[in-house]
Amino acid sequence: MSRIDVRKTYKLFIGGAFPRSESGRTYDVTDSKDTFLANAAKASRKDSRDAVIAARKAFGGWSTRTPYNRGQILYRVAEVLEGRRDQFVSEVRASEGLTARQANAVVEAAVDRWVWYAGWADKLAQVVGNANPVSGPFFNLSSPEPTGVVAIAAPQDSSLLGLVSVIAPAIVSGNTVVVVSSYERPLPAINLSEVLATSDLPGGVVNILTGDIAEIGPWLASHMDVNAFDLAGVDDVELAKELEVGSAGNLKRVVRPTATDWTADPGLSRLTPFLETKTVWHPIGV
Amino acid sequence: MAAKKTFEYAPAPESRAIVDLKSSYGLFINGEFTDGSGSTFKTINPASEEVLAEVAEATTADVDKAVRAARTAFTRVWSKMPGSERAKYLYRIARIMAERSREFAVLESLDNGKPIRESRDVDIPLVSQWFFYYAGWADKLGYALPGNGHSGANPQPLGVAGQIIPWNFPLMMLAWKIAPALAAGNTVVLKPAETTPLTALLFAEVCQQADLPPGVVNIVTGAGATGQAIVEHADVNKIAFTGSTAVGKAIARSVAGTDKKVTLELGGKAANIVFDDAPIDQAVEGIVNGIFFNQGHVCCAGSRLLVQESVYDDVIERLKRRMTTLRVGDPLDKNTDIGAINSAEQLARIKKLTAVGDAEGAERWSPPCDLPSNGFWFAPTIFTGVTQAHRIAREEIFGPVLSVLTFRTPAEAVEKANNTPYGLSAGVWTEKGSRILSVASQLRAGVVWANTFNKFDPSSPFGGYKESGYGREGGRHGLEAYLSADPAAAERPPGRRTKGAHR
Repeated sequence: MSRIDVRKTYKLFIGGAFPRSESGRTYDVTDSKDTFLANAAKASRKDSRDAVIAARKAFGGWSTRTPYNRGQILYRVAEVLEGRRDQFVSEVRASEGLTARQANAVVEAAVDRWVWYAGWADKLAQVVGNANPVSGPFFNLSSPEPTGVVAIAAPQDSSLLGLVSVIAPAIVSGNTVVVVSSYERPLPAINLSEVLATSDLPGGVVNILTGDIAEIGPWLASHMDVNAFDLAGVDDVELAKELEVGSAGNLKRVVRPTATDWTADPGLSRLTPFLETKTVWHPIGV
Repeated sequence: MAAKKTFEYAPAPESRAIVDLKSSYGLFINGEFTDGSGSTFKTINPASEEVLAEVAEATTADVDKAVRAARTAFTRVWSKMPGSERAKYLYRIARIMAERSREFAVLESLDNGKPIRESRDVDIPLVSQWFFYYAGWADKLGYALPGNGHSGANPQPLGVAGQIIPWNFPLMMLAWKIAPALAAGNTVVLKPAETTPLTALLFAEVCQQADLPPGVVNIVTGAGATGQAIVEHADVNKIAFTGSTAVGKAIARSVAGTDKKVTLELGGKAANIVFDDAPIDQAVEGIVNGIFFNQGHVCCAGSRLLVQESVYDDVIERLKRRMTTLRVGDPLDKNTDIGAINSAEQLARIKKLTAVGDAEGAERWSPPCDLPSNGFWFAPTIFTGVTQAHRIAREEIFGPVLSVLTFRTPAEAVEKANNTPYGLSAGVWTEKGSRILSVASQLRAGVVWANTFNKFDPSSPFGGYKESGYGREGGRHGLEAYLSADPAAAERPPGRRTKGAHR
């Protein structure tokens, strides 16, 4: 008689813990051929607010770590990601309907993307910051700082590569994030949260909600303690507009959804939108 | 404390003769002054309430005409012109501004009410400097975006920029907007504030003198409805706005769902933090400059003074003594420190909020000073005994009114400083270098002045965190706000977006 496998309960990831949705709701997750895979937690308004609280709480500590330390932790994430390669390949394969070879390529690209972003931690300030030659006896320096708590609508189709391509650039500069995963393909996101939980990343830096962006998005858009909203995974034009309108309430920095090839080199396109430029002046004299 | 008598000075007014005011002004569209299709409004001298001129109120149709002119100039001339040629036009403008600086300074003080000392020594020199700085960028755009050689190798202009500016630094704001936009290859439709349109209209003459191609700069005067017409115009690619946070939010809502790019430079409630080891006399000068410069009509004004308890009495005493020497009066007098409040409306707002300050229990103090009987005036004022809950500690007053709070530890200072939805600027006064760097890094503000205040420079990025807006003006960062790494950006209509369209 073959062994009965032990199945996993897929939960949310908030403040470093794995709670179920406070609403008690779950939804069916199927593979690309409609075969049942799991019951994922269906995050609610309250879950999204809890996640924002966790992200805000983590912001002070994460944003003041040295860039070198953040870079090390992100690199550690890539190491653990690599170690779980087989699991990601099978999940990406199932959810995106890819061949083994294609799924392998996606996972490899995701790990490589994470490594690429990890290295940015202690280089970004040198690339986007400036010493400003003002016309007077003043020291004048502009440097980037994280904007704060970033809400992210993760891409709907690219469930792993797209996901890491929106999370890593936001957190490497010191932001903390609340991510709403792909609705139909949430399992790689939950698996990623297990990677993050075991990679020295402080709890609350990344919070992952599985659920429907159309339901949770408006609460994040109107949340006064969220500083930015990446709408990458909002495919519905009307919803994207609604979320952008809601975001104006406290002037969130909004990244509008675009058709994005997640395999392409992203450049700084997702790093700079979540940075503030701080300019410090000081007189020069004796 | 007995008020110390100031020296008596004989009046030393700057002559108005240098300004040749017309009785009425049209709109500047496609290189020419044209009559608007709507009504007109009067612009007055806030120091005397004298009517200076009648100005056209641009309608939606006028704005459309201006945007079309800007689009045509963008497509046919400006975006095709080599950067090195665009640069020469900007250098010309910078030079003409310097040549005509006195004329502009006098007109600015007449229409705005600011002291001639400031318009002459700060506003207008910075205007010329701003054009000179960005002129040099026009042929170096390949170096403007970070990641040169990657995404930024061949950045492109965005197209037509709609620019809406406030009344506090009319011409300086014009320069902050137009210089980087033109250097990057955009064309502009700019709306000056309804109470201060005159220097922008005189600037239109400068464009003519410089032989700037028609349509590259269009200036439409009017109030909120004119601004709204610019923001909502379907063929505007970029909105740059400086003004109130409330209007900034309305603009952010209005452009939602479009491909329009936006930069917003909005309100502030800056903390000016004085530690016990600060050079107190310098700090007092910085406090005065921070809140009384330009009658406090400054978005980055140091309107919340945070003083360490151990030096509180000393700081307040010296501040009051210094305030008794401030000269309030005729903006054109070269000895004037504080000019007129810009409008009756703004004066009413200042009076309303200061009355709230009284009602909430803060203690008001002003030096003895005689205010002119005509015009709009408000004596320099400080409120002590202010807590963080007071409205005068939370809301932007935009006038010569300082709210004074105290703190004991650096951590408390930082916490109080950051306890605001705004995040534009902040000041730190201490002789201890490590404390400056520590406090500056913890302040959530876009500009931090340490042992100085209210300094501006075209090479230095300026702009806020949080509800003070987004985007930066000045420096390479300011140029970035008018460029796209996507070469096809300007080819697409900005008005609406469909799924799958690149930004």
